[in-house]
Amino acid sequence: MPRLELSLDELRERALFVRRDIIALLARSQSGHSGGPLSCADFGTVLFFHEMNLNPERLDDPGRDFWHFSIGHVTPVIYSLMAERGYFPLRDLLGFRQFHGHLQGHPSKHDTPGIEISSGSLGQGLSVCCGVAYASRHDGNPRRVYCIMGDGEQQEGQIWEAAMFAAHYKLDNLFAVIDYNRKQIDGDVQDVIGIAPLADKWRAFGWHVIECDGHDLKGILHAYQDARKAKGKPSVLLAHTVMGKGVSYMEDDYRWHGVPPSVEQADQALKELGTSLEEWTRRLEAGTVRTVTPAGNGVAAV
Amino acid sequence: MSQPTTATPAATPAGGYTLQKPEMKRTREGFGHGLVDVGEKRPEVFVLVGDLSGSTNVTFFAQKFPDRFIQVGIAEQNMMCIAAGLAAMGKIPYLATYGAFASCRSADQMRVTVAYTDLPVKIGGAHGGISVGPDGATHQAMEEIAIVRSIPNMKLVIPCDYWETRKATVALADDPHPNYIRFGREPVPVVTNESTPFTLGKANVLREGKDVALIACGVMVYEALVAAEALAQKGVEARVINMHTLKPLDVDAIERAARECGAIVTAEEHQVHGGLGAAVAEEVVQRHPVPMELVAVHDRFGRSGKQDELMAAFGIKSPDVITAAEKVLARKKAR
Repeated sequence: MPRLELSLDELRERALFVRRDIIALLARSQSGHSGGPLSCADFGTVLFFHEMNLNPERLDDPGRDFWHFSIGHVTPVIYSLMAERGYFPLRDLLGFRQFHGHLQGHPSKHDTPGIEISSGSLGQGLSVCCGVAYASRHDGNPRRVYCIMGDGEQQEGQIWEAAMFAAHYKLDNLFAVIDYNRKQIDGDVQDVIGIAPLADKWRAFGWHVIECDGHDLKGILHAYQDARKAKGKPSVLLAHTVMGKGVSYMEDDYRWHGVPPSVEQADQALKELGTSLEEWTRRLEAGTVRTVTPAGNGVAAV
Repeated sequence: MSQPTTATPAATPAGGYTLQKPEMKRTREGFGHGLVDVGEKRPEVFVLVGDLSGSTNVTFFAQKFPDRFIQVGIAEQNMMCIAAGLAAMGKIPYLATYGAFASCRSADQMRVTVAYTDLPVKIGGAHGGISVGPDGATHQAMEEIAIVRSIPNMKLVIPCDYWETRKATVALADDPHPNYIRFGREPVPVVTNESTPFTLGKANVLREGKDVALIACGVMVYEALVAAEALAQKGVEARVINMHTLKPLDVDAIERAARECGAIVTAEEHQVHGGLGAAVAEEVVQRHPVPMELVAVHDRFGRSGKQDELMAAFGIKSPDVITAAEKVLARKKAR
């Protein structure tokens, strides 16, 4: 299946749906992370609905691009993107973190079709993606490899081992996106252990560095195009985001890193997002997946 | 040659070895040659190394298949996850570094990315045990059994000599799950030969006996054979079991040993906590409790020295196996 390449308006609508899904599934599970998933919603939507070549109908399609969230804790956004893209029915989102569901708190290959590598211990994903990129190039497969990382995660030493490896082997089929929301579980990143100047660090490690507003869909699209053009070196995007983006009381507040909203708070959040908890839960329970046709031909409900 | 699983009189030990003057060969060479064997058979085999090409003997593979050899540098955690990425793309990656780093340093990467995802990554832990010698405690890996066998989906093999290491290295490629192979640095006695069977998960009985069972792995298999020979001079018939696969354990061989011999001694070049002895004891205590002694390193870090003097100082030479056997025989008699 080719890339979807939805229009900006269609992407905007998708990103809104993803935010609604995130809140609704967190309200149901009463467990999980709120802030990071919301900050990833926009660049994640552009990845899944414009940038990446995916085939939810055939998971081992050799033509597929490879994506991996090294930040395994942002499962609400991962699962929403997957469900909206057709990997599994929307209603499955309501089984998030439940014993009988197939959506674990952190991504698990053997529970969720479409998850290729389990994650949840920070700092390991870029290394995995180096292996995938290396193997793909060896096989002459034009696949692109996307690794989504957090900014707090940059404190893990293994990331810099992987950064050296990717630059050394000139893995220009590898593209890392960093959700630069400046928050981690214990507070502001700069107060916990500073990572600045992050762009300089990646540049010094031999990467092509791109920066953009992580909520500006047009800017994100340009950043992704920029990464495709870089030859002979891997690319990294510092996507400047706001933790909890889209929900007024969560925005830019590190305390929303690892907790879900209460049912009342979720309803308020969903009203800000143009619906209600009742209405959006009904949509998820109905389980309809809106199929999307390639190349920006619009969204058709089924 | 005689089959190692059949009973043989003490005077003609099975397996084609000679206790008096055994051939000495390095197990790491078996790993290096095994990689070439499997690399010739299967184009999906890749080898990764963390700046230890020479000492892990992966140079044999690198020279033959340079396009399937990846130098990762001194970054074991990175290497473990890169191997996972290769495996996810249908490759069969073998990684090589010292066992101390393969098991301890990258334990989380082995647990989460490799084992939880259940990818066929093959982990080569070189320089296992105290007999690596002069490098001292930091480079003497004596915790692999405890670490690796506690992780779901992992398999663990500790071959006893050159030939078994070579065969095990090849055999692991057929296992669609992650696994770990431990081998050593110094030359060790060759007790099997090219045609000795090797089946993952199935122990080899190298010598029959009904008085006491000596269950050993790695270099301690030879020490157990030497001990069995000495015990035979005293009229004690010891069964010697080469427990080359630590996970999955051959529980049938263990239960049979407990029922038929009534006393067990385990022998390993590893910490006593969580090692072969502990693993065997877990089965024995549930299936058929009998007196047991555990020959192992007892909760100590290693130190610099020569192979033989270290093994003697840490209580894992054949005389230690004999002493342990006499202890369990006395307890068996007193029951």
